[in-house]
Amino acid sequence: MRLKFERRAEPSRLMLYASPVGAVLLTMLVGALVFSLIGYNGFGAVYQVFIAPLVTSYKWGDIAVKASPLILIGVGLAVGNRAAIWNIGAEGQYVVGGLAGVGIGLMTQKMTGAWILPSMLLAGIVGGAVWGAIPAALKNWFNVNETLSSLMMTYVAIHLMNHMVTGPWKDPTGFSYPQTPLVTPSQTLPILVPGTYVHLGVVITLVIALILWFLMSRSLFGFQVRVVGSAPSAARHGGFSQKATVWMVFLLSGGLAGLAGIFEVTGPFGQMSLGFPQNYGFTAIIVAFLGRLNPLGVIIAGIVLAVTYVGGDLAQSVLQLPNASKGIFQAMMLFFLLASDILIRYRVRLVSSAPAPAMAAPARSPAE
Amino acid sequence: MSADFLISVIITIVGASTPILLAGLGELVTEKSGVLNLGVEGMMLVGAIAGFAAVDATGSPWLAVLVAAAAGAAVSMIFAVLTLSLRANQVATGLALTIFGTGLSTLAGHSYTGRPIKPFTTIFPDVLAAHPFGRVLFGYSPLVYFSFIMVALVAWFLNRTRPGLILRAVGENDHSAHSIGYSVIGVRYGAVAFGGAMAGIGGAAFPLVLTPLWAEGLTGGRGWIAIALVVFSGWRPTRLLAGAYFFGLLGTLELYAKASGTIFTAVLPSEGWAALPYLATVVVLAIISASKAGGGNAPACLGRPFTPTA
Repeated sequence: MRLKFERRAEPSRLMLYASPVGAVLLTMLVGALVFSLIGYNGFGAVYQVFIAPLVTSYKWGDIAVKASPLILIGVGLAVGNRAAIWNIGAEGQYVVGGLAGVGIGLMTQKMTGAWILPSMLLAGIVGGAVWGAIPAALKNWFNVNETLSSLMMTYVAIHLMNHMVTGPWKDPTGFSYPQTPLVTPSQTLPILVPGTYVHLGVVITLVIALILWFLMSRSLFGFQVRVVGSAPSAARHGGFSQKATVWMVFLLSGGLAGLAGIFEVTGPFGQMSLGFPQNYGFTAIIVAFLGRLNPLGVIIAGIVLAVTYVGGDLAQSVLQLPNASKGIFQAMMLFFLLASDILIRYRVRLVSSAPAPAMAAPARSPAE
Repeated sequence: MSADFLISVIITIVGASTPILLAGLGELVTEKSGVLNLGVEGMMLVGAIAGFAAVDATGSPWLAVLVAAAAGAAVSMIFAVLTLSLRANQVATGLALTIFGTGLSTLAGHSYTGRPIKPFTTIFPDVLAAHPFGRVLFGYSPLVYFSFIMVALVAWFLNRTRPGLILRAVGENDHSAHSIGYSVIGVRYGAVAFGGAMAGIGGAAFPLVLTPLWAEGLTGGRGWIAIALVVFSGWRPTRLLAGAYFFGLLGTLELYAKASGTIFTAVLPSEGWAALPYLATVVVLAIISASKAGGGNAPACLGRPFTPTA
């Protein structure tokens, strides 16, 4: 017996939506078994990572705050991946966005006014977009593989941040901790739900995701991105420029990652420190895929991954499970999702390993 | 500049170049078969922790290298099953493998953090390495000599042997290779496993040779530099050797910038020196990709899933 893949006449819509759910469920099941095998309380770990944050109402605010950067970066990456453009340097764009915003923040330390926060957010978008423009320019001008260049620029961004935080921008009153000065009240995102950290950025994130959903499904821009990604030669004949798409995708995804960065500075972090890079840029790649590269799906996937962030902390404090475990759960989700992708376009049949003889040996005829 | 100082610089450069050379050679063979595995960083980290744990348990660095190779090849099979048998997207699967390997090595290495091991030192008798110039030739870990042997072996295999020819044919034109009767998927499984084993050994070079301690994420992005090196080399093993030593030199500058301070940091802050290998990778990629010699030499089927037509 062996497995045989038969191409479907039409991609299965059921599988398209069922496979992310299946991937999460399989991750919970296999994760529990694997962690039990290596000597941890596997089912307890899965409960803490995936379920406990959802049934603990005071953790909902934390989930929303963690989901915000994942969704914001994830929707940008989803648009890029639709066009088969691979920006894996969102972490660096997030860091540079934060840095650019902090730069404005340092200049406006002694000032007050409603204009300060918006200009910091704008600087964040510009910073992220500029960092994203580097791999775009290299791809368009010199044909450089964007996967490698965007990732290399992430390391450059983190070293740049380390330099600014430990050197020129270090808080002089910070007891020599490597961190920038705290943001002032004029530089802080308003809290929307008293008693939590849920800030204005969470709502802006949702609005942006909805706008992108509309653009991707209803506008010429969305059509262009999808055609460039799925049928490059048709795109050329249709007059859609590959290069213009590369620019748009990187400026958009870089700008959104930068905005996520400055949201973190003016929200939960309140400053920049060596611990500022939180891997959101890499986790958002999983978010984009788990959300099926659809902005609405990315919102749901962002919440799922945010649950694992909050749950990972819970598992660490309750079960002493090392925090790295959540990365294993997150990668497993992506593995199962990618493995199930084939079910969208193919049907799986279990066939006999020697199919021909079974057919060629009919029941003995009465004539014999 | 004294001869002793110069020799210690050379030895540091060799140490920094060896892991990326080993991992790069593995990725070169994988890519020659038409498969782009972006999980090198993850496979290196898994190899590193497997090798570390093996030395810690047995005390034998030789065994540790074998364990690291086996561990790297084992995790590469996750990638192989997903991309070759289930035809998943190679870019996304490679990224997932890196995220997985990073998490797995951190989890498995949790209890080892900061624990020292016996380093994998020289094989030649001390008398040969006593003289400074003898040290340049004979004063390295066996992994260094292994990396040179592998450059020659991979070049010979790809260009002079029949299986090497088949592997290249599979990477250049999978459908033709299939119709002649070669197993495209089988060859690619082998190439991915070789890439995983070499990445595993390259990763193990960090705790075994460079810093005999366990530290989280100790490869620090070298897996990605190894992938960039393959592009840099134009898919040629000998040019990969030159590239690995160029990047090893840049990585060494950072160490000296941190250690000796003033002379280096007057030009560029130490974080600038740390960022230099990554910036240089981008610049070199731009030069190589813009010229005909670079991108034009890539295996024709690189990154494309193979679906047999018959």
